[in-house]
Amino acid sequence: MNMAEKPDKVRIAMRVNGREHVVHAWPMARLLDVLREALRLTGTKEGCGEGECGACAVLLDGALVNSCLVPAVHAEGASITTIEGVARGDELSAVQQAFLEHGGAQCGICTPGMVLAAVNLLEKCPNPTDADIRAGLAGNLCRCTGYMKIFESVLAACKTQKEL
Amino acid sequence: MRSFVPQFELVTPRNLADSLARMSAEPGVWRPFAGGTDLMVLLEAGKLAQQRFLNIWRLKELHGIEATREHVTLGALTTYTEVQRSETLQQEFPLLCRAAAETGSVATQNRGTLGGNIANASPAADSPPALLVYDAELQLISARGARWVPYAQFHTGYKQMDLALDELIARIRLPRRADATAHVAPGFSPASSAWRQYYRKVGTRSAQAISKVCFAGAAHRDNGRIADVRIALGSVAPTVVRCVKTEEFLRATGALTPAAVQKAQEILAGEIAPIDDFRSTAKYRRRVAQNLLAEFLQL
Repeated sequence: MNMAEKPDKVRIAMRVNGREHVVHAWPMARLLDVLREALRLTGTKEGCGEGECGACAVLLDGALVNSCLVPAVHAEGASITTIEGVARGDELSAVQQAFLEHGGAQCGICTPGMVLAAVNLLEKCPNPTDADIRAGLAGNLCRCTGYMKIFESVLAACKTQKEL
Repeated sequence: MRSFVPQFELVTPRNLADSLARMSAEPGVWRPFAGGTDLMVLLEAGKLAQQRFLNIWRLKELHGIEATREHVTLGALTTYTEVQRSETLQQEFPLLCRAAAETGSVATQNRGTLGGNIANASPAADSPPALLVYDAELQLISARGARWVPYAQFHTGYKQMDLALDELIARIRLPRRADATAHVAPGFSPASSAWRQYYRKVGTRSAQAISKVCFAGAAHRDNGRIADVRIALGSVAPTVVRCVKTEEFLRATGALTPAAVQKAQEILAGEIAPIDDFRSTAKYRRRVAQNLLAEFLQL
């Protein structure tokens, strides 16, 4: 393929954590890399690069997705929430506060994805059973906690949210 | 990331006609890209052979679930999440909903599509056995026109299928049954003779696991014998399989005695061709497939 035929970067307009952004990215660049490198939002992590671990999870138009599997082109016109967008300024969300109080994080690498999965779960299912929590977070792997404190944090967050 | 990302193209066609025109103008050069949950994994592994993709993700003609009196028809871009949210599918095609719920995880289910799953043609795919049990038909479209193919005839060998280079899978059509009711859990067995359905995926985990064996079945019982039956398996052959010889035997046999079940298991073993691989062994797969058959027949 001669140089003149090579595909160009494309212009992508998207809303991330409430702010409009325009980036120029390769069409098949991973959304994960666009977020981390073009937007310097390094809260979203790469764990496996193959959609198995959930460390890269973000919300795309309200749906939980693994950003390592989303090509940049699919972010055009989308509204994205990363871990940086979960708190409101200095005010942590119920899930984040619960993780702090109940020991839901150790090394922290799975935590951004876990928090987003939990936030998404509670949006769809405000009163999850234990089984619902396990299913909702089944796509997020943690090597440190053994999961129990994560599930306890999510349950505690439900209770807090109910009180609001 | 083991691929050189700048050399890949992902172009968004104006509409469905534009997509088909491009695929027709250069057959095999432009390949469809839907949710990306298979293709992006290949890209990151450095194993994506094709480089030019058409972004079909937003083509509205390929979305949606429609019901007529005789069929429920799903657009090829129906995601696993959309499958699970459909009340009609939960009522009448629960095995498809079970398969969707056990595919990957929530994040995969939000992006993975039935059409993509079919076209990826893994013999270990979760939804295809359910589609086989439901006598699914596929609509394949191209600039040349449209045709319907029984899904049971679509996969012709390992990763080989009846899909021309200029064709797209557009729709999946499921014939409705008057006696369809949702009885999917092993052990849940109502007294009435209804179309009892069973799905079980055996793997290392309940989520994010590719199956060692996957079994989908449905049977209509009449006074203790099997009046009609469908049995389909994944991960035990180069393609997903309908076990027609086992079905024939079960329809012909009288009461389901332990001897009849054992005979059915022997016939099943002859219809599948499990292998030793990274995930499991032929011996385990054969034994478990037979065990799942027995569990299904207890319904």
